Amino acid sequence: MNAIIANHLFKSFEKGKIKALEDISFEVKQSELFGLIGPDGAGKTTLFRILATLLLAESGDASVDGLDVKKDYKAIRKRVGYMPGKFSLYQDLSVEENLNFFAHVFGTTIEQNYHLIKDIYQQLEPFKTRKAGKLSGGMKQKLALCCALIHEPSVLFLDEPTTGVDPVSRKEFWEMLKYLKSEGITILVSTPYMDEASLCDRVALMQKGKILDIDTPVGIIEKYPKKIWSIHAPNMYALLQVARAFPNTHTCFGFGESHHLTLKNDDEDYQAFCQYVQTHYKEPFQIQEITATIEDCFMALS
Amino acid sequence: MKLFLAFITKEFKHILRDTRTLIILFGMPIVQIILFGFALTNEVKDSRIGILDYSKDQASQHIIQELDASRYFDVEANFSSPQQIDQAFKEGRIRLAVVFPAHFRHSLFQQNTASIQLIADASDPNTATTVVNYASSILKSYQDEVLGEQTLPYTIQPEIRMLYNPQLKGAYNFVPGVMAMILLLISAMMTSIAIVREKELGTMEVLLVSPVPPILVIVTKAIPYVLLSFINVSTILILSVNLLDVPIQGSLLLLLGESMLFIFAALALGLFISTITNSQQVAMLASLMVLLLPTLIFSGFMFPIENMPKPMQFISNLIPSKWYFFIVRDVMIKGLGFKSVLKESLILVAMTIGFVLIALKNYKTRLE
Repeated sequence: MNAIIANHLFKSFEKGKIKALEDISFEVKQSELFGLIGPDGAGKTTLFRILATLLLAESGDASVDGLDVKKDYKAIRKRVGYMPGKFSLYQDLSVEENLNFFAHVFGTTIEQNYHLIKDIYQQLEPFKTRKAGKLSGGMKQKLALCCALIHEPSVLFLDEPTTGVDPVSRKEFWEMLKYLKSEGITILVSTPYMDEASLCDRVALMQKGKILDIDTPVGIIEKYPKKIWSIHAPNMYALLQVARAFPNTHTCFGFGESHHLTLKNDDEDYQAFCQYVQTHYKEPFQIQEITATIEDCFMALS
Repeated sequence: MKLFLAFITKEFKHILRDTRTLIILFGMPIVQIILFGFALTNEVKDSRIGILDYSKDQASQHIIQELDASRYFDVEANFSSPQQIDQAFKEGRIRLAVVFPAHFRHSLFQQNTASIQLIADASDPNTATTVVNYASSILKSYQDEVLGEQTLPYTIQPEIRMLYNPQLKGAYNFVPGVMAMILLLISAMMTSIAIVREKELGTMEVLLVSPVPPILVIVTKAIPYVLLSFINVSTILILSVNLLDVPIQGSLLLLLGESMLFIFAALALGLFISTITNSQQVAMLASLMVLLLPTLIFSGFMFPIENMPKPMQFISNLIPSKWYFFIVRDVMIKGLGFKSVLKESLILVAMTIGFVLIALKNYKTRLE
């Protein structure tokens, strides 16, 4: 049985003016780590809220753990863990007080499910008397995860848990998710960071309320239809201008330290491109073939 | 039960850790009582007056002494010409001028009639009327003193008794008003803000996606405020009895019971406000606009309702604080029993049930 099923979900806001979700369908298997990848405004949060029984879809249906999100919302609320995108704990309560409170909310105690949160809680323990509002971004998210896990949920909804978190904490956070998955918890996680996509079992690429593609990270990359090169030179901006001016350039985007380039006829245009850049850019530059990243795939799909 | 306690404990921690809330909770009643008790009063005390005495005889001197001796007046200046009176009014030095004509005593005792001119600054009409009345009554008591020696054939002597408040103290009116205002503000505004804060911070979202029945979240929000409001009622009563000498004429138990009823009505109103607003600012503005202003205007505490046009009188019936104000006035000041405030109490009960029902109907188990 699939842990999460979404079936042709539609949702709009402001009387239909803003279409948040358009025909969203996907399935998440038991104890799968499923990622929703997409920029802000893609509809990820709306989708989370519908699955977490906080919003009703206009049409289509969805189920979590075999329970309908509309009819059986009370049962679903007992067995899912939900971590909203915004930090949603009590800022004026301490780490320990927050945890204890949420343990009470779910009718359990910290000790009962300590094995699940042990790894994170040990990192939080030195600060357990500190007010939640005074924690760093990474610590806040770890505490929020603890609170969402305290009742050993069967499905975990994490809406952008790593946004605004430092790289080290992000890495630790994802390791935690892998551990939870191995414990049999189904996890639906969203992120705007493309590099985190490769850490999921499967991902759905979302944009403007639509799912562009669903596959394993490797599968998505393999589907990438074109050859891709990375180009690099001291004057990156001039290089971008020249590369884009080449008539047979398909796309050229800045990707941090290098530009990712695709050509209309792939290898056939390669020589011509190099010559063109040499004549126009005049200074030496580097070009090398690379494998596509999820971000390249996203750009190609959107 | 453990869950219930966990929520209440959490709520108390929120309140006790927020200095701003604490100041509003405990500072406001005290400040209000002291403000209304000593600073904002419509009693006219120590008004400065000026005298223009053309007569300077025994009788005029006697009256001037009486005026000066009363707690309402201070003789500020003795003038020698009408121009000086004019000047003093323009400078705002005096509120009232008393002019004695020449041969005042002579005409009083020989011709049995004498006139005194009272000139008041009516740019503030209420004060002007009040000071003229005070002055007239002092003149009248002098006249009675003099007339005691001889009798006129026909006189009507009105005997006036000011019931319930013989000294005409303003405090008798504003203590019930302040109680209504503070209980409404604390119970309704603070609860609605506390609930809306959870919505705003997103914690409501997390609590919704949990097995906790939403009604528990709401009810536990209100309970600490019941207790705090009750402490406030006690503070106000202690202050008014000891500091302002306003006695509790009726049954204290009845007064406290009726206050509890009003606290519940205000809490229900707060719940209702919290279900229709999504941000703390809106909740606060809504509370102030819907609660504070109407309480001030329509409860009869500042402006008499009888003087209002009919539509306004009708609106005043919808304001819960009006009924509570009547109850407190009847029980605390007039010393009446439960029977005489039965109607008001029933109206409050009906309002409470009404607000709770609307709030429950509006309450969302989802985000929209």
